[in-house]
Amino acid sequence: MTYIIAILTILFVVLTFKVIAQTRKIIKTNRGETGEGGPSYQGAPDYANNMNAAALLIFWILAVVAITWSYIHYSQFFLPEASSVHGRKTDFWFWVSMGIITVAFFLVNTFLFLFSYIYRHSPKRKSSFYTHNNTLEVIWTTVPAVVMTGLVLSGLVVWNEITSEAPEDAEIIEITGRQFAWMVRYSGEDGEFGKSNYKLMDDGMGNPLGVDFTDPNAFDDFSSASELHIPKGKPVLLRIRARDVLHSVYIPHMRVKMDAVPGMPTKFWFIADKSTDEMKAQLNNSDFDYEIACAEICGKSHFGMRLVLKVDEPENYEKWKREQKTILTLNPDLLVKVPEKLKAKALKYIETEAPAAAATDSTATPVAAAVETK
Amino acid sequence: MAAHSIAEGHGHAEHEHEEHHEQGFFGKYIFSLDHKTIAKQYLISGIIWAVIGGLMSVIFRLQLAFPDMDMTFLKPILGHWINESGKLDNNFYLALVTMHGTIMVFFVLTAGLSGTFSNLLIPLQVGARDMASGFMNMISYWLFFIAGLLMLISLFLPHGPAGGGWVIYPPLSALEEANPGSGAGMTLWLVAMAIFIASSLLGSINYVTTILNLRTKGMSMDKLPLTIWSFLFTAILGILSFPVLFSAALLLIFDRSFGTSFYLSDIYIQGQALPNQGGSPILFQHLFWFLGHPEVYIVILPAFGISSEIISTNSRKPIFGYKAMILSMLGIMFLAFIVWAHHMFVTGMNPFLGSIFMLLTLIIAVPSAVKGFNYITTLWRGNLIFTPAMLFAIGMVSFFVSGGLTGIILGNAALDIQLHDTYFVVAHFHLVMGSAAFFSMIAGVYHWFPKMYGRMMNKTLGYIHFWISFIGVYMVFIPMHYIGIAGFPRRYYQWSGFKTFDTFADLNIVISVAAIITVFAQFIFIYNFFYSMFKGQRASANPWKSNALEWTTPVNVGHGNWPGEIPTVYRWPYDYSKPGAPDDFIPQNVPFSATPESNTPEENELIEKEKEIENIKYDYSIPD
Repeated sequence: MTYIIAILTILFVVLTFKVIAQTRKIIKTNRGETGEGGPSYQGAPDYANNMNAAALLIFWILAVVAITWSYIHYSQFFLPEASSVHGRKTDFWFWVSMGIITVAFFLVNTFLFLFSYIYRHSPKRKSSFYTHNNTLEVIWTTVPAVVMTGLVLSGLVVWNEITSEAPEDAEIIEITGRQFAWMVRYSGEDGEFGKSNYKLMDDGMGNPLGVDFTDPNAFDDFSSASELHIPKGKPVLLRIRARDVLHSVYIPHMRVKMDAVPGMPTKFWFIADKSTDEMKAQLNNSDFDYEIACAEICGKSHFGMRLVLKVDEPENYEKWKREQKTILTLNPDLLVKVPEKLKAKALKYIETEAPAAAATDSTATPVAAAVETK
Repeated sequence: MAAHSIAEGHGHAEHEHEEHHEQGFFGKYIFSLDHKTIAKQYLISGIIWAVIGGLMSVIFRLQLAFPDMDMTFLKPILGHWINESGKLDNNFYLALVTMHGTIMVFFVLTAGLSGTFSNLLIPLQVGARDMASGFMNMISYWLFFIAGLLMLISLFLPHGPAGGGWVIYPPLSALEEANPGSGAGMTLWLVAMAIFIASSLLGSINYVTTILNLRTKGMSMDKLPLTIWSFLFTAILGILSFPVLFSAALLLIFDRSFGTSFYLSDIYIQGQALPNQGGSPILFQHLFWFLGHPEVYIVILPAFGISSEIISTNSRKPIFGYKAMILSMLGIMFLAFIVWAHHMFVTGMNPFLGSIFMLLTLIIAVPSAVKGFNYITTLWRGNLIFTPAMLFAIGMVSFFVSGGLTGIILGNAALDIQLHDTYFVVAHFHLVMGSAAFFSMIAGVYHWFPKMYGRMMNKTLGYIHFWISFIGVYMVFIPMHYIGIAGFPRRYYQWSGFKTFDTFADLNIVISVAAIITVFAQFIFIYNFFYSMFKGQRASANPWKSNALEWTTPVNVGHGNWPGEIPTVYRWPYDYSKPGAPDDFIPQNVPFSATPESNTPEENELIEKEKEIENIKYDYSIPD
């Protein structure tokens, strides 16, 4: 493939030089004939006028064929059907809108290139002195306006649904972007996140999220830096933070995107209704995984901020959560941050070295360990 | 009455002309006060910047198409930015896309379109000796030159130029720890842009003043060519929006160097919690896009004006819907100020704002569409001559329609969630800005080259330049939409880390190859431009048989534009192929009394007013 391109490029360069050399000869001849001043109507249609006109129309016909073919061929590589409820809605309206603009694209360009060909210069014709037509202006102002209105209204309905408050029973998960990875935190059994403060962040001590261990809600929080697990079919509300620069949580298969802003928590809620296993089966690809990417330029490894998203059946999700070790368990040094009065309570959430049976099933790599080994 | 106010303004120009003294080499070519020279300075600077920006895109497109390529052959040019294993440094990749954007938007399109054509055409088309202030005009160019110099220097800094995208959002652009280019590179970027903004403001103020005050006898606003209307609206857009970018840059300078927290809060970086609290990165985005959106209209409006002029001249037909064209540009100008946050739908701002800006954005699609339809109707029943300028103008209309349509998708907040920061956006703006506006700029050069240099550019080279560029652009950017629909994010050095983005490797190669060919095809134009300047066929005074006033000057336009009296204007500039007229064009300075065979009844009535217009006396008592 590279060789073909190289040959074509060389061919192109050689042809360019030939063209330039030929043209220089023509220029010299022209100047000899016409002398100083030149003919006064140098903008008169020349030998190439009909060729250019025909080329414009032929170009357009070929373009229509090429675009149609390329769309049919390449659409198989688009993302599969959205795996979220709202995602299928936005996809629907995306393709409706694309349909409308494609009609306009073909129609308007066809007129442009057709007229260019049909009305190419002919000494037998004279241009029509047609200065304006207010009715026409009204029509082609109103029709686009009506179409836009339709698109706006439908867009507003969908936008308001997506940006509405998350349902009461939404599973809340916190995801924080940093250079150059994602850190996820779950609220644990109590369903409450421990307070956090950026001044408490300490990568060395195993507290990259700045969790405030004077808050008892923090004792059962657990984190992950390798996978985000969410339950299938239930609303999930992402609490989105960033710790250094702007990032953006982007889950292509779920049609989710929301910027992560240092100093201003943001959020996005959605319902994923196709589990990872179901996608593996549907796509016939046992290697498949949902992925989270960063969609706001954040520095040199912006392209490397990958987090795997696992959509589990609800029972498996609950099981997975129970198996996770709390931040305190994995970083017992942080106990010093816990006030004396609460130490007893905190110790309840620290598993001892011989934990209950299923603990080894933990698939998540805790955030602290991931940060230290980076 | 309109004639009276014109007279007052005209006195200024005559007065200044008397004061001009003999110019030496520096006065004539370097520190010229002559708008035509300044226009050429902007144009040639713009061309040089376009080469730099274009070559940058060649490098990063090579990276995207051939991520495993050994780029050691670029070491002589890029030095330590190619590492030992022949790979492009990924920080420098971001610096390349950042500077490509900055250079193209500001130093090529804004300077090359507004700077070149406003300067060249305003005095010539309104009938003035020069701009209202030749001195301010000269300062405007030299500030632009200094800004460019600083940007150029930033490319060679050890830690690289700015690398946060052309939008330079903080905290990335505020913190040197976050990105090496955010050190000295960012400082130079900010200083350069501040100076660029000053340059732009000086220019814009001149343009507005000249258009309003220095029109010649009889040149009422409704007889101005559409180029002038477009330059007027563009200048107003610039005057009102560039200062906001200046303020955004100023606050960023404060955050970077003086410990303030306008944009910074709750940051922990490189093991340290920074003391800044209370600021918001979103504030920067609002301030930036308050200019950023009008900026794209600052780029496209002159492109519209230029295309109107070229299409009507080469169709031998009046531009269709002169008033509608003005009103639509006016509508675009107003709406341009109130749609900026459609760049910010997923920033985390209040979703209610998203709703408002979606509504306003879809409204702005309407006047843009109207313009496209008017261009096409101008072609209808015309007698079309495909000069290179005309080809590029038609190409512009096609790109604008195609690119503008995808804007409708992006303006829909719900749809933007998936498409924001993907290659769908890149495809969109490259079609409308990178291609449509760029094509108009080139069309303008081909069309007004005879006026600038008294010679013609070579047509055959022009045709070849057009066809390679036109096909090339579509081959680059139509496929790019597919890549965007497939969700590929912007500003990614490579996509190989993600299974999701494992597709379209071949399409990325097609895009890169087409892009590289298109970039190199521009050298045909550059060769043609510089060669024709010295050896082109000598032009006549009005080679395109055009109506507007600039073609009534001698072939080699001197200082002061018209050797004698400035022509008086009697009619609008679009009397092409008028029924009854002996020739297929009637220049603006031909009175109705001289064309009884083609006058409409209303125009016959205006014959009595001609004496009045001609007898306008200039009021020299108005002080300079």
